[in-house]
Amino acid sequence: MSAKKKIKTGGIWKKIVGNQMFIPVLAILILVIVNLIKDPSFFVVTMGLNNDGFPVLSGSLISILDNGSELAILAIGMTLVTAASGGQDISVGATIAVAGSAMLRVLCGDNPRPTATQAPVILAFLVACLVGMLCGAFNGALVSAFKIQPMVATLILFTAGRSIAAWINNNELPIVPDPKFAWFAGCIPGIPIPTSVFIAAACIVAIMLVLKFTNLGLYTQAVGINENSSRLNGINPTFIKFLSFVILGLCVAVAALIKVSRISTINYSVIAKDIEMDAILAVALGGNALSGGKFNMWASILGAYIIQFLTTTLYRFKVDSEARPAYKAVVVILLVVSSAPVVRNYFSQLTKRFTSAKKEVA
Amino acid sequence: MNEKRILEMRGIDKTFPGVRALQGVDFFLNEGEIHALMGENGAGKSTLIKVLTGVYTKDGGTISLQGTGEVQIHSPQDAQNLGISTVYQEITLCPNLTVAENMYIGRGKGQITNWKQMNTDAEKLLRSLDIPAKATQQLASCSIAVQQMVAIARAVDMECKVLILDEPTSSLDEQEVEKLFGLMRDLKSRGVGIIFVTHFLDQVYEVCDKITVLRDGQLVGEYEIKDLPRVQLVAKMLGKEMDDLSDIKGEGGGYQGKDSGEDVFEAKDLQSDAGIKPFDFHIKKGEVNGFTGLLGSGRSECVRAIFGADRVLKGSVKMHGKPVKIAKPIDAMKCGIAYLPEDRKVDGIVGDLSVRENIILALQVLTGFFKPFSRAKANAFADEYIKKLNIKTASADTPIKSLSGGNQQKVILARWLLMHPDYLILDEPTRGIDVGTKVDIQKLVLELASEGMSVTFISSETDEMLRTCSRLVVMRDRKVVGELSGDDLTQNKIMSTIAGGESKA
Amino acid sequence: MKAENKKSSIFTRVSDTNLLLAITIVIFFLMYIGAILFQGEGFLKPQKFFDILNNNSALIITACGMSLVMITGSIDISVGGVVALVSTCCAVYLDFHEGNIFGSILIAIGVGLLYGLVQGFLVAYLDIQPFIVSLAGMFFARGMSTIVHTAHFNVASDVFNALKNTRINVPGMGSVNRKGIYIPAYVEIGVIVALLLVVILFIVLRWTKLGRSFYAVGGNKQSALMLGINVKRTKFLAHLICGLLAGIAGYVYLLHVGSSSADNAMGMEMNAIASSIIGGTMLTGGVGNIIGTLFGVLSLSTIQNIVSGAGLGDAWWTGITIASMLCLFLVIQSVVMAQKKRALE
Repeated sequence: MSAKKKIKTGGIWKKIVGNQMFIPVLAILILVIVNLIKDPSFFVVTMGLNNDGFPVLSGSLISILDNGSELAILAIGMTLVTAASGGQDISVGATIAVAGSAMLRVLCGDNPRPTATQAPVILAFLVACLVGMLCGAFNGALVSAFKIQPMVATLILFTAGRSIAAWINNNELPIVPDPKFAWFAGCIPGIPIPTSVFIAAACIVAIMLVLKFTNLGLYTQAVGINENSSRLNGINPTFIKFLSFVILGLCVAVAALIKVSRISTINYSVIAKDIEMDAILAVALGGNALSGGKFNMWASILGAYIIQFLTTTLYRFKVDSEARPAYKAVVVILLVVSSAPVVRNYFSQLTKRFTSAKKEVA
Repeated sequence: MNEKRILEMRGIDKTFPGVRALQGVDFFLNEGEIHALMGENGAGKSTLIKVLTGVYTKDGGTISLQGTGEVQIHSPQDAQNLGISTVYQEITLCPNLTVAENMYIGRGKGQITNWKQMNTDAEKLLRSLDIPAKATQQLASCSIAVQQMVAIARAVDMECKVLILDEPTSSLDEQEVEKLFGLMRDLKSRGVGIIFVTHFLDQVYEVCDKITVLRDGQLVGEYEIKDLPRVQLVAKMLGKEMDDLSDIKGEGGGYQGKDSGEDVFEAKDLQSDAGIKPFDFHIKKGEVNGFTGLLGSGRSECVRAIFGADRVLKGSVKMHGKPVKIAKPIDAMKCGIAYLPEDRKVDGIVGDLSVRENIILALQVLTGFFKPFSRAKANAFADEYIKKLNIKTASADTPIKSLSGGNQQKVILARWLLMHPDYLILDEPTRGIDVGTKVDIQKLVLELASEGMSVTFISSETDEMLRTCSRLVVMRDRKVVGELSGDDLTQNKIMSTIAGGESKA
Repeated sequence: MKAENKKSSIFTRVSDTNLLLAITIVIFFLMYIGAILFQGEGFLKPQKFFDILNNNSALIITACGMSLVMITGSIDISVGGVVALVSTCCAVYLDFHEGNIFGSILIAIGVGLLYGLVQGFLVAYLDIQPFIVSLAGMFFARGMSTIVHTAHFNVASDVFNALKNTRINVPGMGSVNRKGIYIPAYVEIGVIVALLLVVILFIVLRWTKLGRSFYAVGGNKQSALMLGINVKRTKFLAHLICGLLAGIAGYVYLLHVGSSSADNAMGMEMNAIASSIIGGTMLTGGVGNIIGTLFGVLSLSTIQNIVSGAGLGDAWWTGITIASMLCLFLVIQSVVMAQKKRALE
């Protein structure tokens, strides 16, 4: 092997390692390999009958796609918020509870055990969207107008959200009587794939279209990188930051629809618990700087599914649900450490020294 | 080794990914000497300084100090302990601490802070250097100039052997510069070696003993000041015999605007919340005019008010004779006004975005949120201006922050030219960039004006303004105090108007 | 230069740290007086005040650590998890491994230090964002504590319970109960530990080089480096101390509740952040004061007491009050700082 060729492969290797998608793709590969070794049946997708007797696809992969929907939707909004404001919204879990609670209030009215829905689902969903966007607007106003750091500003709703959610329904846990309501998360009879997957796909398509046909991406990144400069170039940074939070609010409402639909009711203290952490991790896993600026939407969405992949894998390994975070944390730290610039520089220098030493020997 | 030599840097190498910033550079400093380090932007001055102060680690070469011999400097702390202190162009103090703390933190022995002792020491030092600040004041409540003086006071008090001043004068006014020079001469007489980095040639010839010139990361040579006249210094910095500068000078009284042209822009009684007094202003088609005055006299604030960059409190504005309302930058842009801000780093570049995105940004915003340019169109725009302005970049995809200062400035200029404005405001476009680019920009201004664009040009260097402007608005203490044109456009006249002497506005 | 001295009113001359501290203390006293006026009696009894301390000694300690990392411009949201982990570990050691008190204290300090060590290393030397690091830390601590022991149980160790029930009378304070017997006001051991730590930290932050470097690093990292401060080591130490304090807080927490449970100290990290902010520490770094943090904790629990005393006992009201109080303080801080900035210009 000639030295020239070695250098060339080194260059390609560097390019691959330096790519933003490297870490997420590597993470998926490792997860796939671990599962293949441990239990190849992980990847089997079968056609079975669900409780209602309709044919549905089932298997771990389907459950990843299904359960990862909310996370992927939230990752969209979280990416924009992170890019524009250089901070994260830690209230998404709590605001899901608020939006979900509002939805149930509209659907069930005053009676927690109604015999029929009190309003059409679409109306309830629109109210939830409104509530979600209001929560987003509240956070956005604190961040953009009062210049409070996002983490702190959203701490307010994080603390109060679940309480507000309980207050909306007077601490009752209403149950939606209409079995069709469960279709938003489960399967519509005749279609073997859960609806949540389609909802997530629709959201992803929507945001991709928005990014392609508007300047949202450019504006958001410009504001995140240099607010002063953006303002002098005619962008309104206050509005862009505000907008990113409102968009996240909308994502929260959609996620709330799926979450509530899964059980047709709500548990204020448990619904979407710790999901804010997962959503932020999704953004970070995608290689996006949590300090804002440039972002890659696909990477964030991929990050969301990786986290779900990890959760499902842990579930398959029969890890106690309470202990699962510990394992997740270890994986996260490993990923973040391996993608840290300091560590990468160190290793690239190490390999350089190694190859040059080799050359000298030759 | 010469007995009086206190610092010897030999064969310094430093490589960044893709760039050889320094190649075998030698630098020597004697006791009691003020030594100018000159070179264009990107010549390697800052890199050499940062190697000496331990911010960067050198790849090769040796650094020796008098008494200690060869030393390894790994951090600013090492440098401090070796008696090398530095004052940087940007304020490198902590805004949340008091003045006294900023002077004493990070040095000395012991773990306990004696506030009383520190405050009295600091107060004494501040008074001896005539710095108008209290020791117990929070640093953020001082003006930038005072903060810079505090940084110098800190360096002075460290009883250093080598003092590095990296463009310390760019935020000081003349009086303060004089004070600084007095200080430098004082230190010199005490045997301190001073390395002075600046872009102002006048200052070099006023205080320095020796000049070392760098170009493209290599040493050009070390000269006694008396052996190197200005023209030759510039030639050495640029690496060619340059007539361009004298060319423009040859045009004498600068570009004469078309007097008969219509007013492109007119402002009456304009005032912003940045603390300027209301002012009137107008500019004709194809005219180049400027705001002049000392630093902090309000010249930048005036153009910011025109562009809507600060909150406009009152006043009326006309564009092409029609009244318009300018409350935000976007309003001004819609009227065809472009503004290149004073502080490139803070207000100009969007660091992580590519050169292409930085170029199209303003036009893109003007075009609208829902009409993004296609990739091909954006590339075409970027390529056009990269060629036109001779921007040195690896590609249009390179992040702008990895370009040199002069090239960054050209990108910002390209951003506004792409908008094809009727009225272009350039606030200190030549500050902190190399001589070659300075000349390019001045030429460009005259060229644009001859094509019918109106330009307002602000510069701290009066001769630059005399070369380019046909009319100057003079400011003092945030107020317009006069307007000069035609035969009145001379250094003396400007000075006396600024000073408020016998010459009436 | 000339314009400078002209405008320096008291408002602009006071440092950011002291300004926010003053606001905090004033608001606490107003609130406490309000509580006395509207809910009377109870709040006049010294014991009511000392109970606030008794119930929150662990929070005071974690909030101090939190303030410290916030002053350096960092954050640590793992403290609640660490408190839970430490209290579980110590409880299990005491009851199932026949451990002694000293061993359990060593465990608490050890776990805390280890946490600070790892997180500090990742944040300071590998330059990973503190939010992510401590987020993972929080997950890990919560997960680990359920792995160590899931079920709720009361610590049975005699020595421990003796320590737990030790009451230290406050000289000269007390009240007469219905039967006319004078009952002196008391505090628990945890309060002494907490107040001792507050004093130590206050001294460290005010009078030591290390303490001032925390402020310098938080004010401007780049400048601090140029001023010759070892920024990485300073950050590392801040996280190390925060971890250590979380460990101690874990033990104090166990001393107060006396039981191990998976959801011990739930949400304590958020209460700690809230207390620090109410106490005038800014998340942007460089501004903050330990005394302020102490008052932050006191304010937070006073308002909780007021709310539950007003008959709004439902669980959700606590959340909503803390949140609205946080909101109020953030807006006050934001407005005051903006005003000050404007006054300077």
